[in-house]
Amino acid sequence: MTTDRPTRAIALRRTVAALAIALAPAVLASPPAQAAPGADAAHTSSAATSTTATRLATDVATDCKPDDSTACVAVVVMNDAGDRIADAEVTITGPGGFDETVTTTADAPASVAVPEVGRYTLTLDPASLPAGEQLPDGASTELQVTAQTGGTGRAAFQVGGEAVAPESPSAEATTTAPGGDEGTDAGTGTTTEGDGVATAPEGDASERAFSWGQVWQQFGSGIRFGLLLALASIGLNLVFGTTGMSNFAHGEQFALGAALGFIAINQMGMSIWVGGLLTIAVCALTGVAQDAAIWRPLRRRGTPVMQLMIVSIGLSITLQYVIQLLIGGGSERILSANPRPLTLLGITLSTTSWISMAVALVCLIGFALFLTRTRLGRATRAVSDNPALASATGIDPDKVVRVVWILATAFAALAGLMWGISFGSFNWQLGVQLLLLMFAAVTLGGLGTAFGALVGSILIGLVVELSNLVIQSDLRYASALVILILVLLIRPQGILGRRERIG
Amino acid sequence: MDEFLRILTQSLAELIAPTTAAYALAAIGLNLHFGYTGLLNMGQAGFMLLGAYGFGIATIAGAPFFLALLVALVAGLIFALLLGIPTLQLRGDYLAIVTISAAEIIRWIGRSTWLQEWTGGASGLQGRNYKGTFQDLSPLPDGRTVIGPLEYINTGSDSWWTRIFAWGVVALALLFVWLVTRSPWGRVLKGIREDEDAVRALGKNVYSYKLQSLVLGGMLGALGGVLYVLPITIAPDAMGRTMTFFVWTVLLLGGAATVFGPVLGAMIFFGAYMFMRTGMRALSENTGVGDVISTTNVEQIGGMLVGITLMLLVIFRPQGILGNKKELAFNVR
Amino acid sequence: MSADMSEETTSGQAHDAAGPPESVVDAAAAAAVAPTSAVAAEARDDLSQVEPVVGAPKPDAILVADDVVRRFGGMTAVDVEHLEVQRGAITALIGPNGAGKTTFFNLLTGFDTPESGRWSFEGKSLAGKSGARVAQSGMVRTFQLTKALSRLTVLQNMLLASPKNPGERFWLSWLPFTWQAHEKEATEKAMEILARFKLDAKADDFAGSLSGGQRKLLEMARALMTDPTMIMLDEPMAGVNPALVQSLLGHVQALRDEGMTVLFVEHDMHAVRHISDWVVVMAEGRIVAEGPPATVMQDQAVVDAYLGAHHDTDLGDDSLLDPEILARLEAEEEKR
Ligand SMILES: Nc1ncnc2c1ncn2[C@@H]1O[C@H](COP(=O)(O)OP(=O)(O)OP(=O)(O)O)[C@@H](O)[C@H]1O
Ligand SMILES: [Mg+2]
Repeated sequence: MTTDRPTRAIALRRTVAALAIALAPAVLASPPAQAAPGADAAHTSSAATSTTATRLATDVATDCKPDDSTACVAVVVMNDAGDRIADAEVTITGPGGFDETVTTTADAPASVAVPEVGRYTLTLDPASLPAGEQLPDGASTELQVTAQTGGTGRAAFQVGGEAVAPESPSAEATTTAPGGDEGTDAGTGTTTEGDGVATAPEGDASERAFSWGQVWQQFGSGIRFGLLLALASIGLNLVFGTTGMSNFAHGEQFALGAALGFIAINQMGMSIWVGGLLTIAVCALTGVAQDAAIWRPLRRRGTPVMQLMIVSIGLSITLQYVIQLLIGGGSERILSANPRPLTLLGITLSTTSWISMAVALVCLIGFALFLTRTRLGRATRAVSDNPALASATGIDPDKVVRVVWILATAFAALAGLMWGISFGSFNWQLGVQLLLLMFAAVTLGGLGTAFGALVGSILIGLVVELSNLVIQSDLRYASALVILILVLLIRPQGILGRRERIG
Repeated sequence: MDEFLRILTQSLAELIAPTTAAYALAAIGLNLHFGYTGLLNMGQAGFMLLGAYGFGIATIAGAPFFLALLVALVAGLIFALLLGIPTLQLRGDYLAIVTISAAEIIRWIGRSTWLQEWTGGASGLQGRNYKGTFQDLSPLPDGRTVIGPLEYINTGSDSWWTRIFAWGVVALALLFVWLVTRSPWGRVLKGIREDEDAVRALGKNVYSYKLQSLVLGGMLGALGGVLYVLPITIAPDAMGRTMTFFVWTVLLLGGAATVFGPVLGAMIFFGAYMFMRTGMRALSENTGVGDVISTTNVEQIGGMLVGITLMLLVIFRPQGILGNKKELAFNVR
Repeated sequence: MSADMSEETTSGQAHDAAGPPESVVDAAAAAAVAPTSAVAAEARDDLSQVEPVVGAPKPDAILVADDVVRRFGGMTAVDVEHLEVQRGAITALIGPNGAGKTTFFNLLTGFDTPESGRWSFEGKSLAGKSGARVAQSGMVRTFQLTKALSRLTVLQNMLLASPKNPGERFWLSWLPFTWQAHEKEATEKAMEILARFKLDAKADDFAGSLSGGQRKLLEMARALMTDPTMIMLDEPMAGVNPALVQSLLGHVQALRDEGMTVLFVEHDMHAVRHISDWVVVMAEGRIVAEGPPATVMQDQAVVDAYLGAHHDTDLGDDSLLDPEILARLEAEEEKR
């Protein structure tokens, strides 16, 4: 198994990448799945990073207190023991020609109030570091954070070489670590599941004074989250409604949208519209293809839905690694240009977020019209209601299901794409992470009901973003799932669902 | 040729590795859930993680080995009750959604800063902190032992003692499952798997049986989690969804609703997985293949193959290796 | 209902008792004309005294339901004001498709919850009790869509139904000596019942391999394993071939003669007419008529419910079996 261990250089690169990723989303609405890629989960490099970052979150910056009108940027430099290093110089530059140099201290993050929301670049001066604590080879001296009013954008530089696993006696190093053991595989960044949810994005309750403005702002973020989630989960619900299958690979369809969008727009340099449309078209094709190659034949054979579900889990695993092959284990964002903030109704979000919300809304309304006003849409609802009856009345369920797959994958891709554009970074694990929230949304709304997904999604979006105000932000997804379990207790059929028939 | 022998030895060693035993045990638990009762538990890794935490934290707090083991079991029991009580009255897919969610919640809580004092946050708990009591139990003399191509120290993390203990536990679990599943109790479980309304109509408290099954399988999962972390560390991120999906693959490969399926499945799965990865890596490092498939991609291709295997397995041989094709013919639902 | 109806009752029964058997079905019916068990005889006696009106009180009611209402969305599937079922008799529940019979069964047996309603079995209220508790109290049902436990053998299906098996408790399950005796007894009983239903040769086959009709039989046999006081059969004869129907009818009557109460849903009017002691008719969720078979079959409300208004045909009339006549009736109905 020694061959499985990462080479030193890879480990270093990963450590630094992990560090950067752990902090990148510091303010911008925190994607759920910015995993520390390739993080040595068991052997600490990224683990240390995330703990560092979270520790930061609970400390209050000394010089700058964020409130409704003030945004802060804070920075620390720490060595591999996790201790803060004093007297390192960091230059902060940003919009409006902002340029200021701060000096770190050993007891609190150095912070500074910035005049504008937006993206700031922090540059560490290596010359100011103590001799024994230099930046690791190849590590960047620059980090970027986004500052928002009422919050602190945080950055941490880690110095002092590679983080060493505290415990790796030789016996352990040779332990075969099959399958799920990210520890030993991690060097290649394949099976890690760190979500970076612990990386304290967008301020949490502990350091943020409660204010109604804040609630309103989080409400806006919640609606944004909810709309994108709704767009993504419609497909999940449609597929469930028409075929009875809980599609575990739907999250990957979402992630595929983000990944292909990244490739088309960032790597191939297409314009956002061309690249976006191409991405959606390709993803819709994957929908047609998988229906024709996998699901239709299985339906013909009368495979029980439970088996279909496990097939979809297999597909989900496969697609996850395909996505990883495509974009690598790292964390990416589409359009790395600085987001321009835009305040509407007292809610400040990036312009792309507002556009995404508008697009999502248009799509949702269009979809509702499709379901209620068109022949095909009504046929879809009929098949959802009662496939046998629908086919007896001359509807071709196979055709309806094909359309459903196209819609499901296209909507998921669009949602994923917009997520990648407006929510900050994502990685290959985006899919599974979001899948759980989609399931929660769909179950809340009522499995298989067309409009239930929308209601459930908005609710989940709001719960996730608003719970930020009262609980630790690294547990906010947990809060959505807890709500799910509670609703199931009281109203098992979901909010809009109905009880099923027995006997 | 040497290289090939090395790969073969490594793959063979995987057959009896403690982690293989841990997965086998978790799959035995899942078999009770899914194979015998038809419960869709998509959060077996959550049970394992909780068991691991229970064991680790109890040991660190000073509990002797068997008390810590008991704590792990009780953790699994409570988790099963918490999950089962609200959802076992609902349709099967709700349990799937709730279990996968709950397993994630456990992991998030484990890696969050909230309980960091106990769980060690995202970096988890280091093995040396909780292995002492277990290794003190070892009756083996100091030193190393070579059996065939396999050589390990007698007592330690990656040792013969760990292997003996892990497989001993698996053997006991097998005996237990074999006994209970051929009893009238097991027959009720199988009846529930086929059609719970029919069983209810015969006056059986289906809910209670499902809960019993969930609890038992969950406790086996928790025990599997303990076995899993005995040779390594407790790392929440290593015990997430991927682990659950691997346990499922192991179970379906061996054959659900068969007694030995989970063990056979675990051995074949990990043997083959290791063979494929080390083989591909060797090819990539030493031959021209390396230009096409880099060593990094080996992991990804390995993961893809696992996914594809699971799909093909369920489509073409849903009964697994040991299952009975005849039984499956009636599996119309 | 009017007085001349009750006259019909007695004459109908007289016909049943005295008339020569006209078919195989009638042969089976005739064979059981004189109930062997005292309970059954008494039940028939009692029922002959009962006036055939909706909600009529029975002299010895085992099941009493009041104001049971179940709605699906805006549709009222069941709305039963009052119903009593006589102990030791065979009561048929008939009604057109969608009348709410299965739903009513589901409600009574704890498989569905009504919006409102009370019902009691042997004097004990069952409202709000789970399906399992209802079955434990002695009221066991079968399902319209058979629920054979496919991947269990026929014998295992039977043994599963055996009540109070100590081996079904988890703590004893791994100690075979604690339950083997019970298991042996149960196996003997199961084989006996299976033999009665001509399924004994299939005991070791998977239930999934049985034919549709055999599954119906197995489901009945399985229900009997629980030693019920009252058995509720949802369309036991649907999809069963005529020869099997004959033997099934015989079985049902034999059950009654052993003192069991039978409530069954059936669409086959001949079967209903020939084995039931009492018939309850549902339409659109309500009970529209009840009474002895011959009376009810001629009841205008019943005929209306089945064939549309304004026919004075007896539902038990053999002519209704003739598709041509049925088609003519339907055509007439359309014209109206
Ligand atoms: N779960 C349900 N959801 C909605 N409607 C239902 C449900 N169950 C039953 N119904 C409706 O209630 C009515 C009564 O159904 P039920 O199955 O009780 O009829 P039935 O008398 O048994 O008919 P059949 O003779 O065809 O078996 C029907 O109109 C049916 O559509
Ligand atoms: Mg019915």
